Amino acid sequence: MRVVLAEDLFLLRDGLVRLLEAHDFEIAAAVESGPELTRALAELEPDVAVVDVRLPPTHTDEGLQCAFQARRSRPGLPVLVLSQHVEQLYARELLADGSGGVGYLLKDRVFDAEQFVDAVRRVAAGGTAMDPQVIQQLLSRRAADDRPLARLTPRELEVLELMAQGRSNAAIAGQLVVTERAIAKHTSNIFAKLDLEVSDDDNRRVLAVLAYLDQGR
Amino acid sequence: MNTNTKSGPLSARARDVVVAAGRGFVLALVSLPGAVLGFTLALVSIALVPVGIGLVTTPWVLGRVRAFADWRRRVAAEWCGVVIPSAYQPVPEGRPWTRTYTLLRDPAVWRDLRWLQVDMTAGYVTAVLPVALFLYPLEGIAVAAGLWRPLSQWGGYWYGFVHVTDQSSAFGAGALALLLLTLTPLAPRMVTAHFRLTRSVLGASQRELAERVRVLTETRRDAVDSSAAELRRIERDLHDGAQARLVAMGMDLGTIETLLDKDPAKAKQLLAQARQSSVDALAELRELVRGIHPPVLAERGLGDAVRALALRLPVPTEVNVELGGRAEAPVEAAAYFAVSEVLTNAVKHSGADRIWVDLHHEDERLRVTVTDNGKGGAVIGAGSGLAGVERRLGTFDGVLAVSSPAGGPTMVTMEIPCALS
Repeated sequence: MRVVLAEDLFLLRDGLVRLLEAHDFEIAAAVESGPELTRALAELEPDVAVVDVRLPPTHTDEGLQCAFQARRSRPGLPVLVLSQHVEQLYARELLADGSGGVGYLLKDRVFDAEQFVDAVRRVAAGGTAMDPQVIQQLLSRRAADDRPLARLTPRELEVLELMAQGRSNAAIAGQLVVTERAIAKHTSNIFAKLDLEVSDDDNRRVLAVLAYLDQGR
Repeated sequence: MNTNTKSGPLSARARDVVVAAGRGFVLALVSLPGAVLGFTLALVSIALVPVGIGLVTTPWVLGRVRAFADWRRRVAAEWCGVVIPSAYQPVPEGRPWTRTYTLLRDPAVWRDLRWLQVDMTAGYVTAVLPVALFLYPLEGIAVAAGLWRPLSQWGGYWYGFVHVTDQSSAFGAGALALLLLTLTPLAPRMVTAHFRLTRSVLGASQRELAERVRVLTETRRDAVDSSAAELRRIERDLHDGAQARLVAMGMDLGTIETLLDKDPAKAKQLLAQARQSSVDALAELRELVRGIHPPVLAERGLGDAVRALALRLPVPTEVNVELGGRAEAPVEAAAYFAVSEVLTNAVKHSGADRIWVDLHHEDERLRVTVTDNGKGGAVIGAGSGLAGVERRLGTFDGVLAVSSPAGGPTMVTMEIPCALS
């Protein structure tokens, strides 16, 4: 799997390259600025891009803007955005086109190599990887005034949280140490209680949950 | 050559005189009708305040008068280098009554009106004089040269105190003209005199300038104090937080090194602990950074930073942004933290279930309003968050107004003079 990586700090870039190479990714390019990233994404046609939000020369949200631009010219181009901070505002913008293949994680998540690599693979396959912090913020805001959400059992809330992060049933089952069938039952309960349309497609399911959590704001 | 060295300054002086006459002409042309019109309108408008109409018209009229005065300040500085200080009080946005009231309480406004009376009399004379000093001698010379014939056709013509009836008395007028011509070089000084006169009436008094200095000193002290307190807080947070965690992590790693062979299971447990420490340290640093300068503010500017802030609030908040560019970083930060504090206040104390934030820029001012549908009763009292906001904005000559009747709604308006780029 070919990856284009954009990160301006040498230490982090180097670390990410080694981490991804150790997990059998091929680094098509590891760049350090916005213009270089735009060029690499256009010319190298990678399977997935791992991008830092803040990049030179402007040191604003240059990386994010480059990613949006690349996704406009190549819809569905898988992009995993990394940042020192996560904002619902950015998460919403990334999810706005509804085509999936996006991830948005805190840089700290790299510490857990397995989970991080899993997130990269998921995004590359057209799935979603949302930072637990984004989901927690969404949930805590919705919990205050959302009746359907209040009807969920604590276990179902746990499952909902992991599902919104973009995890598959198998992964959720693994994390909660239960069978996949139990998770499937929880999910169908959740969808019934929140009055969402059930879908077999994992990715569509995640997007529906995220849209539900983010609605009305 | 001798003649050349003399003609240089002479022609320069002649040019000065012509320029001064031109300026005097412009001033005379503008000052009399402008001052009469402005003074009359202001008088009528203020007289109509008790009936109500004046409340609407007064801010407008006084605004025009101020623009007229500011134009005079500008040309005074440009033409003669006479600096006329101004010290108007900021006019709050809001109901016409509060605006009119604030304007009528401002001594600078009354000084404008006093100046209009001086400008239509003494000001007019000092503006006309340089024109006369230039034109009148020329007229006398023309009279001597033959202009007396048509002018004295109907029973004589007066040039100064000379009664011109024939060629010889016309020569008398010419002689007087030459005498007056020696006064002509005074024309530029007369223009300067006009502006000096203007300054003496229109310039802010020592007392007001002293008041301005007092306000600046106070806001500067507040700014220095609060930034020092902020630095102390950051130092303490780093010292007790991230720094301590890194120390603990380093110790854990050292222990792991020795345990690696002896007790691998224990080493693994400590490794997990060290990793958790690093995650916690990062989380703490992130919060600290957010308090120093929120990352969204750096990345996206004020509008999106406030939007991102609104998304974190437990109360549904609508944000409306109309900004054509970005303000300077310190102003953006001040505005952001002010909005943040006001929003926190609203969430904590108002009991509102909806909040609206509006950000826009007009007339060289950034204007932010935060409205909530809560129970009202907010005041800028000692110890309240709003007093802190007011101090923070004061550094940038910003103002804060609170309208919060019992029963709500509460509307907090903030204004900071600034330019967008």
